[in-house]
Amino acid sequence: MSQKEVNGSSHRGKVLTLETMNQNVRQVEYAVRGPMVLRAVQIEEELKKGVKKPFTEVIKANVGDAHAMGQKPITFIRQVLALCAYPALLEDDKFPEDAKLRARRILDGCGGQSIGAYSASQGIECIRKDVASYIEKRDGGIPSNHENIYLSTGASDAIVTMLKLLICGEGRTRTGVMISIPQYPLYSAALTELQGVQINYYLDEDKCWGLDAGELRRSLTAAREHCNPRALCIINPGNPTGQVQSRQCIEDVIRFAKEEGLLLMADEVYQDNVYAEGCVFHSFKKVLFEMGPEFSSVVELVSFHSTSKCYMGECGFRGGYMEVVNLDPEVKAQLTKLVSVRLCSPVSGQALMDVVVNPPQPGEPSYATFTKERAAVLADLAEKAKLTEESFNNVPGFHCNPVQGAMYTFPRITIPQKAIDQAKAAGQAPDQMYCMKLLETTGICLVPGSGFGQREGTFHFRMTILPPKEKLKYVLEKIAQFNAQFLQDYS
Amino acid sequence: MPQHRLVNPMVRNIMALKRVALVRQAVRIEEEIKQGMKKPYNEVIDVSRDNPHATGMKPMSFFRQVIASCIYPELIDSDKMPLDVRERAKTLLECIGGSVGCYSDTIGIPIMRDSVSDFLTRRDEGVPSASGNIFITHGSDHGFGLLLKMLVRGDRSPSVGVLTPVPSQDFGNATLVASGASAVPYYLDGQQGWRLHTEELQRALRSAREVCDPIALYVINPGDPTGHVQSRESMEEIIRFVYEEKLLLFANEDHQDILIGEGCMFISYKKVLAEMGSPFSDAVELASFHSSSKGFMGEGGLHGGYLELVNFDPSVQIEFDRLISIQSLPIIGQLALEVMLNPLQPGDPSYAQYQEEVQHIRETMVHNVTRALEVLNSLPGISCEPIKGGASMFPRLHLPHVAIHQAKEEEQLPDFFYCSRLLEQTGLCVCPGSDLGLPEGTYHIRLCIMTSVDTMEEVLRRLGKFHKQFMKDFS
Repeated sequence: MSQKEVNGSSHRGKVLTLETMNQNVRQVEYAVRGPMVLRAVQIEEELKKGVKKPFTEVIKANVGDAHAMGQKPITFIRQVLALCAYPALLEDDKFPEDAKLRARRILDGCGGQSIGAYSASQGIECIRKDVASYIEKRDGGIPSNHENIYLSTGASDAIVTMLKLLICGEGRTRTGVMISIPQYPLYSAALTELQGVQINYYLDEDKCWGLDAGELRRSLTAAREHCNPRALCIINPGNPTGQVQSRQCIEDVIRFAKEEGLLLMADEVYQDNVYAEGCVFHSFKKVLFEMGPEFSSVVELVSFHSTSKCYMGECGFRGGYMEVVNLDPEVKAQLTKLVSVRLCSPVSGQALMDVVVNPPQPGEPSYATFTKERAAVLADLAEKAKLTEESFNNVPGFHCNPVQGAMYTFPRITIPQKAIDQAKAAGQAPDQMYCMKLLETTGICLVPGSGFGQREGTFHFRMTILPPKEKLKYVLEKIAQFNAQFLQDYS
Repeated sequence: MPQHRLVNPMVRNIMALKRVALVRQAVRIEEEIKQGMKKPYNEVIDVSRDNPHATGMKPMSFFRQVIASCIYPELIDSDKMPLDVRERAKTLLECIGGSVGCYSDTIGIPIMRDSVSDFLTRRDEGVPSASGNIFITHGSDHGFGLLLKMLVRGDRSPSVGVLTPVPSQDFGNATLVASGASAVPYYLDGQQGWRLHTEELQRALRSAREVCDPIALYVINPGDPTGHVQSRESMEEIIRFVYEEKLLLFANEDHQDILIGEGCMFISYKKVLAEMGSPFSDAVELASFHSSSKGFMGEGGLHGGYLELVNFDPSVQIEFDRLISIQSLPIIGQLALEVMLNPLQPGDPSYAQYQEEVQHIRETMVHNVTRALEVLNSLPGISCEPIKGGASMFPRLHLPHVAIHQAKEEEQLPDFFYCSRLLEQTGLCVCPGSDLGLPEGTYHIRLCIMTSVDTMEEVLRRLGKFHKQFMKDFS
């Protein structure tokens, strides 16, 4: 028997190794589900095994998963989806007529009346039409064409698809994409994987995370030295920062995009999550068209929405859409082609999106309950947003901007120099070290600000405001206690 | 090129599929029918791809009852649903965090991955499967696409190459092109039931090495649309080939659940690999894909699938985790997978109906294949081979020269020319073989046979009538 045979595969290298694989993948980081979560899961295992800790459960305040944190699904939505899943229930008089009406409409759009059939890649036509109607109504009558709507697997899928479409060139002509810092790390992860150039523009923490045209210009000018800036991404309401951009600000961004020939990517998945007094959600599309034809016939805009957030919180369904406006017809054809060679988004998610854009109307049987449930979810979030802001602003060393919208708080924290030094020596970002210690001490899982980007020398963490009120109060208390101890330990 | 026209060359390079053009034509026709335009038919029938529910197959009742109960848990407490449905829904809801609206782990819900590995161990009669090697996907194409992302090297030259079978399903090749890998065709033998010959693999590999860096071999077994099921011998040859040539092996086994041929058996690549022993069994890096989109379930729209990695470098697997951590998975698709892999047991209240439904699907397929062979082989200018598996028939068209000439005059590929006229004149949509990579000179159409019995009759009636006329018109 030869040496090779005796030792089996040990002399034979693998075909796919760290060296031979796609190196871009190795650079991808997605802090929301990164090392913090891995450790949190380990700790949960330890707790299950009976290991003694100063806490009895891990609280996952790292990801915007509303239902996992106890938020109840909206009854009407679940009724329609159950009817779609098992149409025999259409004979059941326990289900209201308005739910049945919508289920029938959706099933009529499905092959063989089944949500298990593949749909057209761009999404079921009647649902795209309903999305277009919803957008028109939301935007005070500004027309929306269903051919410009693409149903997607959550908003993330649509965002990555657009980035994939746009990224080209080499070296100095490589496509650059502007993203706000702090940002939702899907953008940076996708840009890394697709080898796009990330162009950072900083939101102004002292102005409630507002956007400044001067900063946009600074960032763009610098970027033009080494890449070809093509698109500007903006999240409104913001993640992780929670700001709701003012109308003026949105106009400034649109003006800037026109001047610089940039395609705007407006991530509006939190459009119903607006809490602060005086804050209003303005869709980019509406503002664009209200600025008149000089802008509305020129500026390329792609807007994204999803069923994972707002009052629905249906993350597990992977429903979403994008609306494209003013894309060059050739580019749109390429987009449609790209989408057409892939399978459609999950039909159950498409069905869900249809209910979201087609809710019960006054006079319909489910209207009262639906409205009540929706209001309750949003009021609860608003209350928790306020509670969190107040609580954190009472913690020495914390500065917490108002949570105007979305589902997160992103307070600036103070980390003593001693701790910074220790972290750097260990090769860790200081806020990562802070969050790790917090996790080990309290079982509370947050995401360090370094995962989102922040101004040099500042530290933050992102926490969701989703836990039920009592649990949230507990979390806020524990963080305050931990912080006091931390400041003491490293003084 | 003006700024606003710049598009990723990988996207530009994707060839628009002819099937997509046919679907657009079908949509136009349906619109015209809705507007009241008179046609010799009332509706379009689309059998151009494997979409069972759209063509009259029914979803499995037990599965749909379970997911309805998971979606609307009030049903668990009512006695409208059978006991086993309610119990299953209750268990599943507990495993997924209480709501189908929660985010799923990006590699899949742990209990689902366990379910998959248990199933695989059972299916492969003891060949062990570890849930750490299981990754939940949206389906086999999605799984394939993810692995391709791991292989490609961006701008580094030469590009990586993947040997892919011809003829094969359209999406597979587009997935390749969109990812930046090179598709290296290897031709299945149409004269011998679409067998795979190692000599052909050698040829493909040799020619590939001149233009790219071939790194993987992609096989589809049971084959679609070819309907062939590989023998163990053939599979062992493939494994030996990838071992010697140092290639990854990707096996799409989506159609493993329903075989038609007499005495036909599906064996997984994993099982064959394990049973070959060393040095193959611990060296060949194998990725196998499966989903709930095909077979009895036919739940393509719900996006449930998995892939299993065997012998992959553990640090590469960690990087794979990293890649997929960005986007989450649908819960309902995982429920579809779960019910598919853990069906009912004798004694369960819903067992009898479940078995009946499975049996009905099986019988329908056998019936449809028999009828299709009968009808198609009785027509002049069509020849059709029996299939052993898969969900499509792939008859060969012997087109008259006049038709081929006419097609070329109209700047169309001859089989597309045929399909487009078929659609316009009869409302029947089938897929042109040229979409599946076959070279010029042979013409095929692909039609899906996962349809109700009545739909298949209508399909064959329309096709038969059109074909006879076509052969006459172009003689």
